[in-house]
Amino acid sequence: MKDIIEVKNLSKKYRYGETQTYLTLRDSITYLLSKPFEYFKSLKTQKLQKDEFWALKNVSFKVKSGEVLGIIGPNGAGKSTLLKVLSKITPPSSGEIVLRGRVTSLLEVGTGFHQELTGRENIYLNGAILGMTRKEIKTKFDEIVEFSGVEKFLDTPVKRYSSGMYVRLAFSVAAHLSSEILLVDEVLSVGDADFQDKCLTKIHELVEGEDRTILFVSHNLGAISQLCDRVLLINEGLIIREGQPREIVDFYRKQSIYSEYSRRSFSGNLTNTIRVKKITLNKAKGHYYSALPEDKLEFVVEGRTIRSIEAFRFTFAIFSESSRLFSVHDVEGHKTRLKKGSFRVYLSIPPYLLRPGRYSLAFGGHDLGMKNNFWGENVLNFEVLEKWSKDNQKINVGIINPPGCISFREQ
Amino acid sequence: MKKITLIRARNRWQLIYLKELWDYRELFVIFAWRDLKVRYKQTLIGAGWAIFQPLFSMFIFTFFFGNLAKIPSGGLPYSLFVLIGLVFWTYFSGILSNASNSLIENENIVKKIYFPRVILPLSKIITCFVDFVIAFVMLILVALYFNKIPNYQALIYIPLGIIIASLAASGSGLFLSAFNVKFRDVRYALPFFIQMLIFLTPVIYPLNIVRPSFKYLLALNPMTGVIESVRTVFEGGVIGWDTLGISLASSIVIFIIGLNYFRATENYFADIV
Repeated sequence: MKDIIEVKNLSKKYRYGETQTYLTLRDSITYLLSKPFEYFKSLKTQKLQKDEFWALKNVSFKVKSGEVLGIIGPNGAGKSTLLKVLSKITPPSSGEIVLRGRVTSLLEVGTGFHQELTGRENIYLNGAILGMTRKEIKTKFDEIVEFSGVEKFLDTPVKRYSSGMYVRLAFSVAAHLSSEILLVDEVLSVGDADFQDKCLTKIHELVEGEDRTILFVSHNLGAISQLCDRVLLINEGLIIREGQPREIVDFYRKQSIYSEYSRRSFSGNLTNTIRVKKITLNKAKGHYYSALPEDKLEFVVEGRTIRSIEAFRFTFAIFSESSRLFSVHDVEGHKTRLKKGSFRVYLSIPPYLLRPGRYSLAFGGHDLGMKNNFWGENVLNFEVLEKWSKDNQKINVGIINPPGCISFREQ
Repeated sequence: MKKITLIRARNRWQLIYLKELWDYRELFVIFAWRDLKVRYKQTLIGAGWAIFQPLFSMFIFTFFFGNLAKIPSGGLPYSLFVLIGLVFWTYFSGILSNASNSLIENENIVKKIYFPRVILPLSKIITCFVDFVIAFVMLILVALYFNKIPNYQALIYIPLGIIIASLAASGSGLFLSAFNVKFRDVRYALPFFIQMLIFLTPVIYPLNIVRPSFKYLLALNPMTGVIESVRTVFEGGVIGWDTLGISLASSIVIFIIGLNYFRATENYFADIV
């Protein structure tokens, strides 16, 4: 049997800035006349113009009928673009896709819901937009309503719904689609935990009950390893790796792109003033940060500040399983000011202090009154490898391991 | 039999995918139904607006142009004469302005889901047709009042007029909606443009007060032929196929140009809008 989805050398480029081109004949002619050399160059080579970038680059993969394929990767990796191209919302720049079956895409929960219409009316509207026929909706109507749990409000305009009810109704319609190929983008991040569980169970049912092929984009790595038969890891428009869910999810967790993703998650009012460019551990350039117990751990944060900040000090913390082991402050900081320009901050942890295990680094800073601050957790994930010796014995159960602090003398 | 979809950078050019439109036929109705449902929510007189607008304009125009300016109105009383023009003009301008804004208004849907995009502007024909039917019933009542009952010709020329008006309005609507995605100027220019266009259409004056050579130029505006022929039907006169023919041809050309531009650009709507 032929593969239900075949993607061959798929590429998609976008342009930075405000305007995307229409690529009409007339646009091409204008381009040809205004920049003739660049025009022919762009035809021959597949090269990018100055202000363009690849959202997807030579992506190829196949999906068998009935398979559930997970797609993971950091923000901006191209996952959503891939789904958009697959669902014909936007055309590829080159390459080819063959889809053998009816496709529905669920890139957002509640697409086309109209605030003024009632729940009942919106079920029909949303169903039709997602590609269901009236007949299909009618036969599934009761099921949809029951699953959503909003029976009582069926004839109330959805503008009076709570956001939870809204999402539940919207997901219920989508969950009852009956196409052969279903493209799902990060829709499980909505609703409360109870409802998310219900959704996962529903997706399980969909997968097992019928011959359904699902492409599933999510940041929820737990759900990915639970639901998928196979996983693609994407970064910067390229497929980095594909394989068994456990293997790929583990690989991704260890990768620096995983922490790079979290590196963007600084909070506080100085997030845009202070830019962290690079964080290294023991000068390691590789993706996998690991050290031996006897290694001294030296972290270097390189960054830039776009203006001077008075009485500013940096601070680090080490976390293990989301509990804080310790934090340290650069106490001298408050006496001087952080000058505009590049800076480096060092953190040095003596050997043997951390027991073998997984850790994450948090980094931030604040001024004297704490009014100006920034803070980011999980900015770098690292592992201290399991190697036991005299200075860190396995028997010393605990969170940290102060080496050589015990002695015994007979008197 | 499974449906096979092939996606490439440039698909084979086709003016319209009839098969695909047929598959999505229900969406036409659903969009139109949504618009009708939403349009008169939280209004006092609801669909009464479909009658009120042309009727009120009729009174104003009759007073200023009929009684004061004494514009001739052929074999019809001026109020009936101007009402015919207004009912068809409202239908035309309704489709034109609604279709032009349809893609922008439904931006969130266009970005998140695929369907043949032409459905959005074209479904406005259905929406406006419902209003037109209401207004047309009122027009017949006014005609009965003046004892001007159209003869059998009405069965040919009124549907033909509706077809020409629909083609012309949706053709320019298709063009402007696609243009609007990239250049939002349409939103500001269009109301003004429609206001001006009513004077280039014989809504408040009869076509025969302009010079004969100028007549053919005006006939390039499809609504000229439509309004003139419908009036002739109510007068019980003989239809002049010269203006109507030009208007019919012009509406077909407008529709093809509009659809062609739309089809050439629609792939990129989601990226640009």
